[in-house]
Amino acid sequence: MRTSRTELLLGRVLLVVAIVLTVAPLVSMLSAALQPADRNPTGLSWPTDPQWGNFVTAFEVGHVWRLMGSSVLIVLGVVPVSLLFATLAGYALGALRVRGGRGVLIFFVLGLTIPFEALIIPLYYQAQAMGTLNTQWAIIFPLIGLFMPFSVFWMRAHFVNVPPELSEAARVDGANIWQEFRRIQLPLATPALSALAILLFLWTWNQFLLPVVLVANPLDRTVAGALTFFQGQYYSSIPLLNAGALIIITPAIVVFLIFQRQFIRALLQGAVKG
Amino acid sequence: MSHPVARRATARAAARRVTLIGWGLLVPALAAYLGFVVWPLALGVQYSFYDWNGVGVATWVGVENYLKVFADQALLGSITNAFILIAFFTIIPVGVGLVLATLIRSLRAGWFSNLSQTVLFLPQIIPLAAAGIAWAWMYAQTGTVNQVFGWLGLGFLARPWLADYGTALPAVGLIGSWVLTGLCTVLLLTGIGKIDTSLYEAIRIDGAGWWREFFTITLPGLRQEIAVLVTLTVIAALSSFDIIYTSTQGGPGRATMVPGLLIYRIGFTQSDVGQASAFGIVLMLLVLAVVLPIQRLSRAADR
Repeated sequence: MRTSRTELLLGRVLLVVAIVLTVAPLVSMLSAALQPADRNPTGLSWPTDPQWGNFVTAFEVGHVWRLMGSSVLIVLGVVPVSLLFATLAGYALGALRVRGGRGVLIFFVLGLTIPFEALIIPLYYQAQAMGTLNTQWAIIFPLIGLFMPFSVFWMRAHFVNVPPELSEAARVDGANIWQEFRRIQLPLATPALSALAILLFLWTWNQFLLPVVLVANPLDRTVAGALTFFQGQYYSSIPLLNAGALIIITPAIVVFLIFQRQFIRALLQGAVKG
Repeated sequence: MSHPVARRATARAAARRVTLIGWGLLVPALAAYLGFVVWPLALGVQYSFYDWNGVGVATWVGVENYLKVFADQALLGSITNAFILIAFFTIIPVGVGLVLATLIRSLRAGWFSNLSQTVLFLPQIIPLAAAGIAWAWMYAQTGTVNQVFGWLGLGFLARPWLADYGTALPAVGLIGSWVLTGLCTVLLLTGIGKIDTSLYEAIRIDGAGWWREFFTITLPGLRQEIAVLVTLTVIAALSSFDIIYTSTQGGPGRATMVPGLLIYRIGFTQSDVGQASAFGIVLMLLVLAVVLPIQRLSRAADR
């Protein structure tokens, strides 16, 4: 394809502008975080005496270790179980094509567009009735359910595209459903599963509404939900608030930079299928 | 060799066994979905017909809570705000994404295109609540936005953007644009990559300019991606919560109040559980009413 030089240049320039605009708020956070904690910072400026100590203070005052621990616990509670349930259901709907499966699929798809805000009030009273309110379980149980429509949809989309000849061949060789599932279907499903795992991790880690409503103590929430705690703690110090927020977003960014290829692919596919 | 009737009988038995196992595999997923989505939804519908403060006795009030959604200025105002946000969450990101994607589609794979993809995706990785905090500081009186205006000699425009009645809603909306534009651009870029390049060559030989090329090839070729992005971003706009919560709390006054935040306020601060539940159901139906036509349109266009 031929493109003129001006077009190419214009494209590059615009891309640079977009990159600068994307990074600006993050750089501005860093700039604020490095200014003296007891003063109102001013815009973008590299301070003559960068206060790296702000990060230490924010880390301690924010009980970041405990927060990370709580978040990891919630992720571990949500992601593996969701993957397992969705794989089983996706296999039943996509590969076994059970009778009545079409209705079940539509039933799940209907749940795709329900905004969490529409359910948050009853979820609160449900957690109260179950005695899970103010514990991590109040976040874990509903998230498994809320992610289920997407996860089932996702795994079914994978299994439905696996050629049926493969499983037929396995059955002719005398494999039962379980053996066929483990030896043939599961290895083939690994890319779909890992992409789903990435998405679920990100959505759980960044989940805000459920933690804020269902868990009163910010230290028992996800890191994202704990940001309100930071806002309360550092109400009077913008540098510390920004330092705290930067600490909070760093782990996800580090994981993203390590697995960026997988992340971008997962997010793009996730968008298309959702 | 077995008798055909017997063989058919075993085949039927095997089919029945597969159905049974299949339904068994569906049980966990269905249980989670029924228990934590369908059941709360049913509870929400039930609450919405009562006047209840969450503790005391609930009184049946029929559809009164629903009528109030369409009569109360605060509730209606938040719905209006949500629709205004669509301009910033949907129109700007998809529009800018289209322009960017068309202009950089020729970018060859290399470190620069990789870097730009990574950077444009960053806002997708950080929590929306953190985006709200970052931008609250960008927009502050002494923040970066005013500083940049100062550099450009536009210092007279400086103001605390989120505290100003006139600018708060657009300013909050632009946070959404910031979050979503990267995703739109990258998704549209992959879409453009799938369009047959010979189409472009043909229309260039035909002597078509940039605009005709855009409207006759690029735009129709991206129909599916655009439908996906519009659906996704419209849902994000109508059910926004995190960004508003950490940047403006709905203020100043009710200038940036959105349904999600108002449901939270009515339900937990004012303890009007019935009203909040009714508003939640209305929000859900609103999202459906906007999203379903988009889906249908894109599907009709595919045929």
